[in-house]
Amino acid sequence: MTKDACKQIVLDIIADIAPDEDLSNIKPDVRLRDQMQLDSMDFLDIVMELRKQHGVEVPEADYIHLATLDSCAEYLTPKFIALGK
Amino acid sequence: MNTSSHYDVAIIGAGMAGLAAGIRLAHFGKRVCIFERHNAPGGLNSFYAIDGRKYDVGLHAMTNWVPPGVKGSPLGKLLRQLRVDREEFALHPQKRSRIAFGPNGETSLAFTNDFAVLESEVARVFPAQIDGFRALVRIVRTYDDVSLDARPESAREIVRRHITDTLLEDMLFCPVMYYGSATEHDMEFGQFVIMFKALFLEGFARPVDGVRVILRVLLEKYRQAGGERRMRCGVKRIVVREGRAAALVLDDGSEVAATHVLSTIGAAETEKLYSVDRAVPNALPHPVGRLSYCETITVLDRQPAALGWADDTIVFFNDSPRFTYAQTPGLADARSGVICLPNNFDFPLGQSLPEGLFRCTCLANHDAWASLAEPEYRAAKERVYGEIQRSALRFMPGLPASDALARATIATDMFTPKTIVRYTGHFGGAIYGSPKKIRDGRTPLANLYLAGTDQGFLGIVGAMLSGISMANFHVLAAKA
Repeated sequence: MTKDACKQIVLDIIADIAPDEDLSNIKPDVRLRDQMQLDSMDFLDIVMELRKQHGVEVPEADYIHLATLDSCAEYLTPKFIALGK
Repeated sequence: MNTSSHYDVAIIGAGMAGLAAGIRLAHFGKRVCIFERHNAPGGLNSFYAIDGRKYDVGLHAMTNWVPPGVKGSPLGKLLRQLRVDREEFALHPQKRSRIAFGPNGETSLAFTNDFAVLESEVARVFPAQIDGFRALVRIVRTYDDVSLDARPESAREIVRRHITDTLLEDMLFCPVMYYGSATEHDMEFGQFVIMFKALFLEGFARPVDGVRVILRVLLEKYRQAGGERRMRCGVKRIVVREGRAAALVLDDGSEVAATHVLSTIGAAETEKLYSVDRAVPNALPHPVGRLSYCETITVLDRQPAALGWADDTIVFFNDSPRFTYAQTPGLADARSGVICLPNNFDFPLGQSLPEGLFRCTCLANHDAWASLAEPEYRAAKERVYGEIQRSALRFMPGLPASDALARATIATDMFTPKTIVRYTGHFGGAIYGSPKKIRDGRTPLANLYLAGTDQGFLGIVGAMLSGISMANFHVLAAKA
């Protein structure tokens, strides 16, 4: 699992839960919330889809790491690797 | 027969809230079963057929409509949470609605899904009130209506700070109350804000085939996600052990157990299921709503446009000096009401309802209807049907001839508070439930939660969001 592949996984999940958002120009270092309309319900869904689709667990205290695509990749890539992905 | 099975979540009621909650839970891998006493899904927004003709039960119009691309709206949240594509609901916006007050509707405010229309109407009819109206709208727009712990405030009081003409005040409250208020005379301001946004700042829409389209989408999502459902199989008792809902006794006598139980049938109705086992001394039962409704449905052999009724989608009316939203001592209160012409949505060319429909809803008294024996009940229905229709006609454009409506009528139907109790199980025929809402859905039982009408989100979109948010809050996001 590379960081780029990890970012793509997160983008795919967002595309799935928020199909009405344009994801073509998402800046990796800017907060996702500032680039599209994502509320707390949507963030909960990102976390739950990570668990459902990939078996990756994100405890509530760590939600802060999902703020930007870059921080998602930093935080999630080791978790994917630990799962042998 | 005493088969036993265990679910992660058991949901009582296959209405909008139950189905929406079920979709969320099943999608995230929970083993879910919905138990529904009726043979059709939908609850308060169900459907039926008589003589091969299809009728919707509750739906006049779906509120909360926003154009594609508008983000952060309740409809948008709902579509995302249920992974429903906007096109699947196939919603078509209303043409135009009106609020008509006075003995013959002399004062009229038109509104559409474009809020500027209502604003200009208020400026035209109530020029001295327009600044106050705009100030009120600013407060509504910025109010945090999803807060679960807002301090309750009187909507009448807040509105009166900005609007000093009681006619305009009543004209704004009439639609907002008729489309969702469980309390008489006044509303909690947060509820007012939710309804004001849903009706005026957002708008009305409907699929050509009505509520069935919405239900078909929900049922299909639920099935695909792996949810189970048992129809004609209500829950008759909740077995309580150690402060928890330990098991559900079904109508057929069998028992099921579930880690979580989500009840969408109402607060007092749910309480009754477990209070058999749990006699709480001196505890007051949850209050039952006092507001019920009659609706007359007139099926026409032509489109309403052929009677000169081409423009109105919904008409909210009142003939008296003040608008009274309260339980009537008589069978029905035809002084005010709501007219719906389901044909008058902006349907695509070539798509329309096969027949004309003219529906009128008025406040009604459940106990008055329930006390009538069968022959009197039938006679009363016929009499009140006439009263409601005559009252409503005063607010519609004049017919081409006085008998034009009678000649165009090919079938009629009517529901009363008694009908509502019979098919939905809601005590008192109170379709908006109890005046006491439980926003966090908690009950005295640790693993039993409420969703739907008595949780307090309103309308069809509100009911679905209620199911979604309670499923999220109590089950999906709950700490293990």
